[in-house]
Amino acid sequence: MLTKRIIPCLDVRNRKVTKGVKFQNNIDLGDPVEMAVAYSDGGCDELVFYDITASAEQRPIDIEMVREVAKAVHIPFAVGGGIRNLEDMRKVLLAGAEKVSVNSLAVRNPNIISEGAKQFGAQCIVLGMDPVKVEKSDKFPSGYEITTQGFRTRTGFDALQWAKHAEELGAGEIVVNSVDADGTQAGFEINLTKMISENVGIPVVASGGGGTYQHLIDVFTAGKADAAIIASMIHTGKFTIKQIKDELITAGIAIRKRW
Amino acid sequence: MITIIDYKAGNLTSVKLAFESIGQQVKITDKPAEILRGEKIVFPGVGAAKAAMDNLESLEILDAIKKVVADGVPFLGICIGMQLLFESSEEDGGTTCIGMLPGSVKKFKSSEQSCKIPQMGWNTVKIVQPHPVFTNIEDQSEFYFVHSFYPSCSERKYIIGQTEYADTVFASAAGKNNLVAVQFHPERSGRIGLKLLENFSRWDGRC
Repeated sequence: MLTKRIIPCLDVRNRKVTKGVKFQNNIDLGDPVEMAVAYSDGGCDELVFYDITASAEQRPIDIEMVREVAKAVHIPFAVGGGIRNLEDMRKVLLAGAEKVSVNSLAVRNPNIISEGAKQFGAQCIVLGMDPVKVEKSDKFPSGYEITTQGFRTRTGFDALQWAKHAEELGAGEIVVNSVDADGTQAGFEINLTKMISENVGIPVVASGGGGTYQHLIDVFTAGKADAAIIASMIHTGKFTIKQIKDELITAGIAIRKRW
Repeated sequence: MITIIDYKAGNLTSVKLAFESIGQQVKITDKPAEILRGEKIVFPGVGAAKAAMDNLESLEILDAIKKVVADGVPFLGICIGMQLLFESSEEDGGTTCIGMLPGSVKKFKSSEQSCKIPQMGWNTVKIVQPHPVFTNIEDQSEFYFVHSFYPSCSERKYIIGQTEYADTVFASAAGKNNLVAVQFHPERSGRIGLKLLENFSRWDGRC
């Protein structure tokens, strides 16, 4: 049986993993390569790295870091933040990443999804999206609007319509990162995750808000997520991946048991 | 020395890094002469069957592949590299493949809405026949899969491992003599995947 994936998220700034709440007040947590190895050895199923300031500082992604991670861990990992064009995608994939994640670039230029899928295969193109809750309206029938630059910019895109459009363009996977839940450890946004997952045929990864075992159980059952990104709950040392997986297995969720 | 066949079907970095991490030297090549000199051959790849077959023909490496397999050189197909070893694929409106394993490659049909295509993630492999590349790998271990099409092996004796997805049980590992092939990505399957690659590196091609 295909298992639900647990994916630690490493936000990287100046070669340090960092963590903030709602994209603010970041503190440094450690070296990205060392943390990748520790989480991989600890049983995570995949990793995601976001170069969180590359985009704002208009500099390319840290390819050397991608190379070092690819040498050190042999599980899939995605890289996002600061992807500007097809050439950046190519560099990240050739450096050894399994997937490349686009977010604000895809909002500015949706065709980057189809071009990337055509060049490198749909399975390696991930659409990251940061929806925020809004009043349901004709413009936002799903009740969620896509933001970019960590909530700072509203796009006018409806979250569900954007997800379906990205699938049509050839995205292989969608990461739904709830702006409202990000860093709160108060639970994933279940309704949002479920709505997107039920309406697209590609895997959906829930992100933002995971803080307890129950949050993960909820997002995999009620939320219909195929994978979940976690950060705070493991970065703080409060839980290990093994503990999380054991609890999920006890709750009857299909989880990878051997690593 | 591991010889990896480069036929412009996807990114070979992770395969190369995985073999290097277990102490193997790696040569990546698209030259028939170098494939013919290979001691252990890896045939990886992602992407579409038709384009992959076209590339094999235009690079003139199809005959080299058939020759090394006939000569008993240990040969490992991965993902699309496994699928191309069967007789045909439903992909791209029907594609004739190499035909060194009996059977065909079919598209997953999902009756259940919650079953996403492609299958992406970790799934278990039930070992139905012991094989040297699975030495010291526990039955029902999980490996990393990414695929929309699956191999349907028509002769049971060649099936090594089976996996279930979208109401289908398919051959996730198959082999015939010195030829072995896996649908999953051992290079992305953590320690257990590296164990399989290490077993392959030590394998003399005999079962």
